[in-house]
Amino acid sequence: MQQFAELVQLLSNSTKTNEKLGALSQYFATAPDKDKTWVLALFSGRRPKRTVNSTQLKTWCMQATGLSDWLFEECYHTVGDLAETIALLLPPRTTPIAAPLHYWLEQLQQLEKATEETKQAFILQAWDALDNGERFVFNKLITGGFRIGVSQKMMVNALAKTYHIEPATLSHMISGNWDPHNVTIEELLHQHTTGADASRPYPFYLAYALEGLPETLGTEKDWQAEWKWDGIRGQIIKREGQLFVWSRGEELITEKFPEFTPLTAALPDGTVLDGEILTFANGLPLPFQTLQTRIGRKNVTRKQLQEAPVIFLSYDLLEWEGTDIREKTLAERRALLGILVQNTQAPVLQLSPEIIFDSWDQLTQLRLQSRDKGSEGLMLKKKIAPYQVGRKRGDWWKWKIDPLTIDAVMIYAQKGHGRRSNLYTDYTFAVKDGEQLVAFTKAYSGLTDKEIAEVDNWIKRHSIEKFGPVRTVQPELVFEIAFEGIAESNRHKSGVALRFPRINRWRKDKPVAEINTLEDLKELLRVNGHNTNG
Amino acid sequence: MNVLQFTDNGIYCPAGDFYIDPWKPVKRAVITHAHSDHARWGNQYYLCENASVPLLRLRLGNDIQVQGIAYGETIFFNGVKVSLHPAGHIIGSAQIRVEQDGEVWVASGDYKLENDGLSAPFEPVRCHTFITESTFGLPIYRWPKQQQIFDGITQWIYENQQAGKASVLLAYSLGKAQRLLYHLKDKVDHFLAHGAIAIPHEVLLQEGWPLPPVERITPDTPKTAFKNAVIIAPPSAEDNVWMRRFQPYSLGICSGWMQVRGNMRRRNADAGFVLSDHADWAGLLEAVTATGAEQVYATHGFSSVFARYLTEKGIAAKEVTTSYGDEEIINNPES
Repeated sequence: MQQFAELVQLLSNSTKTNEKLGALSQYFATAPDKDKTWVLALFSGRRPKRTVNSTQLKTWCMQATGLSDWLFEECYHTVGDLAETIALLLPPRTTPIAAPLHYWLEQLQQLEKATEETKQAFILQAWDALDNGERFVFNKLITGGFRIGVSQKMMVNALAKTYHIEPATLSHMISGNWDPHNVTIEELLHQHTTGADASRPYPFYLAYALEGLPETLGTEKDWQAEWKWDGIRGQIIKREGQLFVWSRGEELITEKFPEFTPLTAALPDGTVLDGEILTFANGLPLPFQTLQTRIGRKNVTRKQLQEAPVIFLSYDLLEWEGTDIREKTLAERRALLGILVQNTQAPVLQLSPEIIFDSWDQLTQLRLQSRDKGSEGLMLKKKIAPYQVGRKRGDWWKWKIDPLTIDAVMIYAQKGHGRRSNLYTDYTFAVKDGEQLVAFTKAYSGLTDKEIAEVDNWIKRHSIEKFGPVRTVQPELVFEIAFEGIAESNRHKSGVALRFPRINRWRKDKPVAEINTLEDLKELLRVNGHNTNG
Repeated sequence: MNVLQFTDNGIYCPAGDFYIDPWKPVKRAVITHAHSDHARWGNQYYLCENASVPLLRLRLGNDIQVQGIAYGETIFFNGVKVSLHPAGHIIGSAQIRVEQDGEVWVASGDYKLENDGLSAPFEPVRCHTFITESTFGLPIYRWPKQQQIFDGITQWIYENQQAGKASVLLAYSLGKAQRLLYHLKDKVDHFLAHGAIAIPHEVLLQEGWPLPPVERITPDTPKTAFKNAVIIAPPSAEDNVWMRRFQPYSLGICSGWMQVRGNMRRRNADAGFVLSDHADWAGLLEAVTATGAEQVYATHGFSSVFARYLTEKGIAAKEVTTSYGDEEIINNPES
């Protein structure tokens, strides 16, 4: 556990990619094999089953320390992380146990059917056996979510370095459905890449944002343009008579979308499609909020199926007749995809239309229609490019439309988490409605560290009230809020819900009297919004 | 009886007509210690512990009217009895004991309980009312023993040197910097320091404090001098072009705030050392209990939390707002 705790410490402190990569590959070269498999699972989003919950951890910590609820909460809001708060509050350990990571994880897994008393006894014993750094990671293993700046790509590169395997191959080897309980790292990395697991997706190729004008990309003839839709990026796989649907987060989501079931019969074996899962009605995509009603639910109700039906808008073909065709050019893959979709004859499988254009100027004009079509902008893909692995510059670009903006005043503030802990970084904003202020969105990101420090300092001096962790502040600071979309919502007092709201800039030049109104928001909704049931 | 009052100018003793650490200019100021949020410019007369006198002169000018007294020595203002007692915060830091008609109040200034080897160690003073700091008044703050921290720093320096890097330690120029120098003097042959540290250092050496020599970094210091060097700099040097000349270097921050990972990550330090000149949670509680006070006022820090906790424990406690740093000012260099 010590070794893993040190790895986590180093990874979360370092801002240098090379340092992190070095630490990871050093870890993979020296850690016990069973630990490696677990680390691979943890850092690729394969969370172990949760056998103890956060509330239990908190309760047992309060019992162990004799702290009252409010004091625990104060600590939590200052630290910004439950696992760390508990690690800091517990008294120093008395009975050290030096056991590897997998020992603790396996012990935790065995608690699945244990009684509350057994669970508590085990957790208390573990806390008393681990040092502060180990306790933190132990608690993190339970509460989940290691956000320590390690991307899957970085982990793959580290493994590739240690095991001398091509990163793309390695990516493929570790994707798919496996359980660290019954797979060893050797098995994962020494298998044949084909046929080992019918469900295995390919690593996604991700686009970079185009910052300048498309003219910088060279001649328009080399490029294919499509609308960019705001859905769930996914892969549909048909192999050995079975259908698998994967999200970009490498989560198997087949069960969530029963609409795709007909594709099991309709698609030929040995097919892998890349595309977007979208809610769709009357030939047009519905706003993302409707798709959200479909995410995070195990069982889909009939009502949901009616109100938020999905389609798969395919834009790439990665496997054709059982062969990996990612090295073929986009133009070739696209041609095959067209034939496939045509032959499949299933309404849930559609082809992302190519936008016909003769010049960059014309495309720039067409892009202006994006919002009317419910699209986020355009995708530009190089016709002669192969399908790459991960986020790579050069061949795929997303050219999104400029966000909608509105000027609003900050009215509430709350402390952030992680590297923003103990700083007020989570803000709620309001627009004017006559003499009243109406809260309409929260926004977190978008300010520089320096601005955050300045705003934080201001908040501490201009709080009017404190409700638990939330402070009401004097409505004085004006910010421009940017967002990608707006939809009607009956869950929000303002009647609207924003998509991807963030702070665009701090309008120090603008007095509160001049901020936007609820009317302005409703106008934006009328012009750009969709009616939804979300 | 309110021996001391909280006014807009600072903590005031009406019967003795003097202020403790006033934040606006007054006639008579009794100063707990030489940090800038406690010893401010513009007062007519200053009274402080002997060891603080040269530090006050350094920071506020040679022309100030300042009187030094020793710990335990007594002085009277209009019949109000005033004495200074070690606070263990930095060199010359004192708690101010004020007695009027048998009623005793103590203003702590800043303090810590662990003996840092330089400051006169903290002594609890029995009193009826205790005005305490509460910078780290949350139970998440529990300091490791300083030996452990200095072992960690020594190890870190060693590892940096193995990797061919300089070790830059950020520490407040008055207090923390000297504490580092004192505890590392047998492990490190040569120290380099930023001017903000070298200047008070000069004064303290003249006063005879047992500190190792430091080399002041100037624009003329050759780059070769920084190879594998140990450099002490104030927190204000962070993110500053001044630091670039040390490349390659590793940055270590010495502060109680380093207890929480988020703070460390935010500051992009390579290492955080939980070294504080303030009392931790247990230290605050121990100090309060040792005074035997019936009434406690918690000033700067997590004052509301600490006051509420004490109240629950049966000690009448209130939060007071002062200008000694606001709640949670995370980058307060004096923490």
